[in-house]
Amino acid sequence: MNWKTLIAATALGLVVSTPALAAREILNVSYDPTRELYEQFNKEFVKHWKAETGEPLTVRQSHGGAGKQTRAVIDGLEADVVTLALAYDIDAISEKTGKLPKDWQKRLPHNSAPYTSTIVFLVRKGNPKGLHDWDDLIKPGVEVITPNPKTSGGARWNYLAAWAFAQDKYGSEEKAKDYITKLFKQVPVLDSGARGSTTTFVQRGIGDVLLAWENEALLAINELGKGDFEIVVPSVSILAEPPVTLVDKNAQKHGTTDVAKAYLEYLYTPVGQEIAAKNYYRPTDPKIAKKYADAFPDVNLITVDDVFGGWQKAQKTHFNDGGVFDQIYKPSE
Amino acid sequence: MSDSGVANAVAPAFTAAAVSRRAVGEGAWLRWALTGLALLFLAVFLVVPLVLVFREAFSKGWDVYLAALTEPDAWHAIKLTLIAAAIAVPLNVIFGIAAAWGISKFRFRGKQVLITLIDLPFAVSPVIAGLIYVLVFGSRGWLGPWLEAHDLSIIYAVPGIVLATIFVTFPFVARELIPLMQEQGVSHEEAALTLGASGWQTFRRVTLPSIKWGLLYGVILCNARAMGEFGAVSVVSGHIRGKTNTLPLHVEILYNEYQFAAAFAVASLLALLAVVTLVAKSALEFKHQRDRERSARAATRQEEL
Repeated sequence: MNWKTLIAATALGLVVSTPALAAREILNVSYDPTRELYEQFNKEFVKHWKAETGEPLTVRQSHGGAGKQTRAVIDGLEADVVTLALAYDIDAISEKTGKLPKDWQKRLPHNSAPYTSTIVFLVRKGNPKGLHDWDDLIKPGVEVITPNPKTSGGARWNYLAAWAFAQDKYGSEEKAKDYITKLFKQVPVLDSGARGSTTTFVQRGIGDVLLAWENEALLAINELGKGDFEIVVPSVSILAEPPVTLVDKNAQKHGTTDVAKAYLEYLYTPVGQEIAAKNYYRPTDPKIAKKYADAFPDVNLITVDDVFGGWQKAQKTHFNDGGVFDQIYKPSE
Repeated sequence: MSDSGVANAVAPAFTAAAVSRRAVGEGAWLRWALTGLALLFLAVFLVVPLVLVFREAFSKGWDVYLAALTEPDAWHAIKLTLIAAAIAVPLNVIFGIAAAWGISKFRFRGKQVLITLIDLPFAVSPVIAGLIYVLVFGSRGWLGPWLEAHDLSIIYAVPGIVLATIFVTFPFVARELIPLMQEQGVSHEEAALTLGASGWQTFRRVTLPSIKWGLLYGVILCNARAMGEFGAVSVVSGHIRGKTNTLPLHVEILYNEYQFAAAFAVASLLALLAVVTLVAKSALEFKHQRDRERSARAATRQEEL
């Protein structure tokens, strides 16, 4: 009965060879398009930490739509730090779990956003449908790709940018609502995260325009299809501030508060800022921003605070159950 | 004498075939068309995609293929998948035999309810299966606060993945065994017990040998599903690379990171598992068939004697 021994030995070997974790590790729960950014940043930070303290460190990553990731942290995913797409999601973690203080956003510079981004259009080469601004998107026959605002942070930024444009251009909230209703009628698929939408647009070739994070659009152009796509900058867009923070209670439990804090602070150093810029996020450090100014188009930016009175209010009005998005979007149509 | 014997033996067989062909009453073209259609379907929906998976996997050469499989996160995903299957399959074998034994050899009230419950994982979407565990073990769930107080994690850790895998695979063994054991009835066991065998002896010497093929078949299917499960595991995994990622989840991550060759390299492992499963399943069926024929022949011979 040799094979029995073999199976037993294999099973045992598998269990035993799972490495006993000697080194400390921290878990960064992030949103969808930051995969490449944090892959590079983690490597740099582990090197830096080793050089500073001599301690070997492992940084674990988890990615997904921002809403979904928030949900997971609330349900018990033990993130030491979260690096999400918008402040409201971190507010929700603070409110529902009490694992971090309510005023978390004041703990790090620039509203706890080490890098910013905005929303742009990605269109196919030569811009065959002639899409130049938000009002072009609701022309008949234009297919718009955006993720689902219920699960994706990027999608909420898309939605608010479109709303801000319409409210300004057509002059009332009612008309802005009409515009948004029309816009979402032109959306054939709602993916759950920004990366899913990019794949839908770029790989599967669906749609005429992708409403995307600027970083995601630049990544798609530079890494996937040089010459196949173009970026269109609309007349107005939104300043997106993806915030980062420590999840205090989780870090305390793991005994990683010091390293998790250092990790976040390292994002603000010139090294961290350069990595952000190279991954198409707009650096907040003016020096690095100047160095990479050519990479980012000039955009006329509004903020959530100016137009919507902050994320709490925007979330409640537009994205919570029964909010405006639920009223205007009917998938069956 | 011998010549006519052969002729006699051949002739009825020949006529029988002719009759049955006439009985179906259709021309050769229809049979060919139907066979061709079935083959075309298989080719388009099964063979071509399978071949494409392997082609895509090797699109950047052997080095990239091997690198994708030996990279630490991939290697960890392979190990985690094997561990989950190594726990889920034996547990489901025990549960499956116990359930099938109870249902087929005894009469009790609520039997039908039990059979229906065993089928539940087939009827429930895997996503719901995952969410059930989040509701029970999540930090805001039923047992969550207690688990947290005792520093235990189930969701977003290996135990959650194993639980989800057990849930989605638990009908496989039982479902395979119940009809088999019902068909066999209880006469052999009763005979063994009358002759003074203990319950355990009866099980080991009488029941187990007669169900072994069905059992193996169930184990193979159960294993294939355990290793391939995506939905339920995705909900409870938390997607932490190198920690709670199984093979199917790793494929998704690689695909989303535009590493298509690597994604398909890992996918080819899963495809290979499917092929091995099918081959093992066919081999078992073949063997089982032969066994049955042999025992049938032996039975006839005995009657003749």
